[in-house]
Amino acid sequence: MSLSVAEDPVVSTTRTGPPVAAYRKWGRESWSRRAPLLPALVFLIVVTQLPFVATLVMSFIKWSAQPDAPGKSFAGFDNFKTVFTTSSYRQAVLTSIEMTVTIVVVSAALALAIALLLDRKFLGRGIVRTLMIAPFLIVPIAAAVFWGNGVLQTGFGLVDGLLGELGIHDAQNISFLTSHPKMAIEIELIWQWTPFMMLILLAGLQSRDPEVMEAASIDGANAWQTFVHMTFPHIRRYLELSVVLGTIFIVQNFDSVLGMTGGLNSTNIPYAVYEVFYSAKDYGVASALGVVVVVGSIIVATFALRVVSSLLTEEESR
Amino acid sequence: MTAIAPTAAAKAAGTRRKRRLGTLVMGLAAWVIGIIFVVPILYMILTSLHHPSDAQTYPPSWGAPLTFDNYHDLFATTDGIGAPLLNSLFCSVVSTILVLALAIPAAYALAVRPVRRWSDAMFFFLSTKMLPMVAGILPIYLFTTKVIHMPDNVFVLVVLYTAMNLPIAVWMMRSFLAEVPPAIIEAASIDGAGTLTIMARIIGPIATPGVAATSLICFIFAWNEQLYAKVLTSVTAETGPVFVNTLIQTEHSYLAQLSAGATMISIPVLLAGFAAQDKLVQGLSLGAVK
Repeated sequence: MSLSVAEDPVVSTTRTGPPVAAYRKWGRESWSRRAPLLPALVFLIVVTQLPFVATLVMSFIKWSAQPDAPGKSFAGFDNFKTVFTTSSYRQAVLTSIEMTVTIVVVSAALALAIALLLDRKFLGRGIVRTLMIAPFLIVPIAAAVFWGNGVLQTGFGLVDGLLGELGIHDAQNISFLTSHPKMAIEIELIWQWTPFMMLILLAGLQSRDPEVMEAASIDGANAWQTFVHMTFPHIRRYLELSVVLGTIFIVQNFDSVLGMTGGLNSTNIPYAVYEVFYSAKDYGVASALGVVVVVGSIIVATFALRVVSSLLTEEESR
Repeated sequence: MTAIAPTAAAKAAGTRRKRRLGTLVMGLAAWVIGIIFVVPILYMILTSLHHPSDAQTYPPSWGAPLTFDNYHDLFATTDGIGAPLLNSLFCSVVSTILVLALAIPAAYALAVRPVRRWSDAMFFFLSTKMLPMVAGILPIYLFTTKVIHMPDNVFVLVVLYTAMNLPIAVWMMRSFLAEVPPAIIEAASIDGAGTLTIMARIIGPIATPGVAATSLICFIFAWNEQLYAKVLTSVTAETGPVFVNTLIQTEHSYLAQLSAGATMISIPVLLAGFAAQDKLVQGLSLGAVK
């Protein structure tokens, strides 16, 4: 179940061009060229693609592992019917989209602002950069359980405590996790992923040509003009890269839902699949849900790959 | 003329002062944001050093006496964090070595002497990363428990983590190997250098920083993984992240212990990440940012 990319954007003459004689001497059989690639390809196909094939097969089987369940039988499209007619699964899809979009957009905007701040020289810039990276280096499940139990927990959490110290009445009864579970998860993940995007954007900012920037300033461009006409076009690819990579990881998020809310009004797709399989033990429906998720991912990923492919093209055309 | 000169000077001085003020304000803003981002971590560490009864109070007991008891307790019992940490270390290190062993030759075939349609191979690798891990987890669970009878086994995790990180590693290593100028290889080849010599003398030195960045990223992602570990392990192969989740025991004061566990499993990643900040950027951008 791989993704095929229709256009072949990166066949360029710069790479295939170089003198054929040397290569010919160096080994001419194409199989010897392909050989180093094969172990990785075969390994990846066996470990990641075969399970999807199995998932596809199992999605047509009526199969529950509950102790009192009847035996396996052919289910036709029943499992898929269950997936599409159960409102909690539709809700999980919506939750996944809502949370991913919110987290990615807010993180990217914050990351851009912070990267612009950190691009300037100031006292202790290295220290601030190090502080900013730290959230990304906390193990995701550790971050999730501490945000859920130590920061946003009703009563003894840090936020309720701080609000109480600020004189907010009845602060110990403010319960973020139960009244705004999705927002709680979003805040935690924005906290974790903003540093990731910031790092990529900062690297982009620092790869600008200082002479060109200086020329703009001499020519009297103000900060806003410089940003709109020079900085932003330059870091656009970095922004796209950080958004695509961030989305790949954030849409798969499982740890934060498990560690913070346990799925309460915030079940996303990964958590829904986990629950059907691990708790409800309905293997058929879990597989059908998996298939639907994979098909959805392929559609989304095709767009994402376009972006990445333009990056490759750009690299090749240098 | 005497009137203009001082005005211009004053104007320039004013701009300079304004700019200096701007730098000060921006620097201050950066510091404030940096501190806000790190507060939850500092509070986690503080809580992990508090006695369990001081850790969950309203308002928080900021100045309660500090103690290492929570860390001591984590390691003291036989079912403590020690074995899970070793499992995590084993899975992360071994899978990283396997990833490199598979990714470096593959990247070589994609960058140095590219096979035809190498970009298709690249996109295949990346596309496996875009498909949700959770969709394949049930067959993997059934296969390991019912077919090969290896439930609760670290080697299963090693294989899965290798597959999980392989696409990232191939992308990263390819971008590093693409830095090798074809002209050098060509020249060496004309001078009679064999494939092995070319690899050891030319490609090796250029690729070493890339290998370091790739290893760091693969180690971190394997160390952090929790979904596979939770579903596929129970006791003997339990990893650090799975263990930490079991520290949530709402019937007694658990937060101090939980904070200590969360801090404990994050320390290796924090240290590695801080030590190699530049490698982190290279790795996270799949090698696109050098």
